Amino acid sequence: MAVIFERTNGLTEKPFHYCPGCTHGVIHRLVGEVLEELGVLGETIGVAPVGCSVLAYDYFNCDMHEAAHGRAPAVATGIKRVFPDKVVFTYQGDGDLASIGTAEIIHVAHRAEKITTIFVNNAIYGMTGGQMAPTTLIGQKATTAPYGRDAGATGRPLKVSEMLATIDGAVFVERVAVNTPANIRKAKKAIKKAFEVQLSGEGFGIVEILSTCPTNWGLTPTESLKWLEENMMPYYPLGNFRTPEEVK
Amino acid sequence: MAKILMKGNEAIGAAAIKAGCRYFFGYPITPQNELPEYMSREMQKVGGCFVQAESEVSAINMVYGAAGTGARVMTSSSSPGIALKQEGISYIAGAELPCVIVNISRGGPGLGGIQPSQADYFQSTRGGGNGDYRLLVYAPATLQEAVDLTMEAFEAADFYRNPVMVIGDGMIGQMMEPIEFKEPAKRELPPKDWATTGTKGVRKPNIINSLALDPAELEKHNIHLQKKYAEMEKNEVRYEMYNMENPEIVMVAYGTTARVVKNAIAMLKEAGINAGLIRPITLWPFPTKAFDEIPANAKALLSVEMSMGQMIDDVKIANNGRLPVHFYGRAGGMIPTPDAVVDKVKEILGGVK
Repeated sequence: MAVIFERTNGLTEKPFHYCPGCTHGVIHRLVGEVLEELGVLGETIGVAPVGCSVLAYDYFNCDMHEAAHGRAPAVATGIKRVFPDKVVFTYQGDGDLASIGTAEIIHVAHRAEKITTIFVNNAIYGMTGGQMAPTTLIGQKATTAPYGRDAGATGRPLKVSEMLATIDGAVFVERVAVNTPANIRKAKKAIKKAFEVQLSGEGFGIVEILSTCPTNWGLTPTESLKWLEENMMPYYPLGNFRTPEEVK
Repeated sequence: MAKILMKGNEAIGAAAIKAGCRYFFGYPITPQNELPEYMSREMQKVGGCFVQAESEVSAINMVYGAAGTGARVMTSSSSPGIALKQEGISYIAGAELPCVIVNISRGGPGLGGIQPSQADYFQSTRGGGNGDYRLLVYAPATLQEAVDLTMEAFEAADFYRNPVMVIGDGMIGQMMEPIEFKEPAKRELPPKDWATTGTKGVRKPNIINSLALDPAELEKHNIHLQKKYAEMEKNEVRYEMYNMENPEIVMVAYGTTARVVKNAIAMLKEAGINAGLIRPITLWPFPTKAFDEIPANAKALLSVEMSMGQMIDDVKIANNGRLPVHFYGRAGGMIPTPDAVVDKVKEILGGVK
C-alpha cells in the first residue's frame, strides 16, 4: 500500500501536550516539514520559549535550547555567532516575544542576525491561564482584563510585524494565519522563505502566525477559527511587510 | 616570558583569549569598560566574536546560547549589571553549562557609585538568581592572580560544567601591574557530547534545558547539583595564610582589602603586635578549613571588607563560635586605610587585654 501521509521527520514521536483545537500543532508540523524539505535538520538548532510552547524542545527533531521568558533571540544570537553556517530558529508566543522579550526581538533584527523567528500570535497568555497580552484585542476578555481590554487603560494591541518591518536588518517579515487549508499552505511558504533568507545570509526573518487559543478564548475549536478570521484578521492584516528585495 | 605592564580589565581580557575564550558578549558599565573594549579589538584577530548586547540581560543569554554549543565564552559587567544577569546565571547553572563571568564590582545598592567596593559578596556567593545553585567564585588580589585565575576559570568551568565568576573590585580592574601569562594546570576534561552542535542526522537531539515539571525529577537534578558542589568544596578551596605563625589577632580579607591589611600587619609588627591574615582566594567555596589552622593563642578575628559586613557571615560560620569576631569596613567606594585597620586592631586587643 502506498503511504499518502506520514509524520514529518522534522518532528519527534513525542505526542503534543497542546489543548484540542490549538494551532501550535499545525505550526510545529509546518516548521518540521520546512526543515526536512530544506535538508537542514541535522544542522539546525532551535530555541524554545516560555509559554505554551515551552516544551517545543521535545517536539522538534533537531538540537534544541530552552530559553528564559523572552530571551530566545539572545540565546539564538549566542548560538549563531558560534555556528554562522548552521540554521538557528526561535519559536515564540506573543507574551514571550511581544511583551517581556521586546528588547531581544528588536535587537536581533537590529543586528540583522541570520536567524529565523516563528512568532505565534494568539492574542493571549495561554500557559498561565488567559491573561491579557500586548496583542489582546480591544474588548477581548482576559483573566487580567475581565471587563474586556480597554484602550484607555492599556493601550491598543501591538502590531509586531509592522513594527519590525521598520528595522533594516529584518529582511523578511510576513503575517500569515493557520485558520484554513489555503492559509496553512501560504503559512508554510512564508516559513520556508524565512529560513531561505537565513540560509542565503541576507538577514533576520520572522513569520507572525495568527493562531487560536480555544481554551482561554472560551470557544470551541471551530468557533475559534471563525473568531480569528472575524476579529484578529481585520486588526492584524495578513501579508508580506518586508522582502530582501525591498531592503536593497 | 617577560613580564608586561597591563591594566587589570585588559589583562583579564587577554588572559581569557589565551585560555581559549573566543566569544564575548557584554554591555557597557563602569568600571569594567576596558574589558569589552579590549575584546572588541582583539577577538576578531583570533577568529573569535564580540557582540555588544542591548542589555546585560541579553548579554548573559547570548552567553547561555554560546555555552550550549560547547564554546568557551565569557561576559563581564559591574555590580548593577551583574544583578541584571542573575536570571541567566541561574539558567546556566541549572542547565549545567560552563562559562566565565567577570564582575568588576562597584558600590551599591541601586545605581550606587563607580568606585571600588566589595558589596557584591552576597550577590556572588549566595546566588542572586533563583534556586539552589552555586558558582565557583575567584577573588584575585593582584593582577597576576587575576590573570592566573581567569585562565584557570575556563578549565574549572569546563571541568564542572558550571559557571565560574571572577570578582575584582574596581581597583583590580583599573590599576596597572606587571603580569606574565602562564599556562594553567590542564584538567582532564570530558568531551562536550551534550552540546548543541547539530545532530548531523546521526544522533538523537541534544537539549539544553533547566525546566523539569516533574517534582521528583527536579529534586533528583538538585541532588545531582549538590553532589557536584560538594566536589567543588572538597577540591577547589583556595586561600592564603599570611603571617600566621603566632598571631594575637587574625584578620580576614580578600581582594584589594587584603593588600591594605598586609600593610597594616607590617605597621602592627613595628608596634610590637603580631597580626595574621586569612585571605580567601575562593569566596565560594569559602576556606572554612583555614579557621581550623589558627594557632591556639589567637584572641580574636577581624573581618575587613569594603562593605558594611557581608563576608563576616561566612567568617562566623567558619569560626563556629571559637573566637570573638569583629568587623571593620568602608562602603560606597571608600577604601580602608592601613592606619584605620591598625587602630581597629589596637582597640580590639586593648579591649581583650
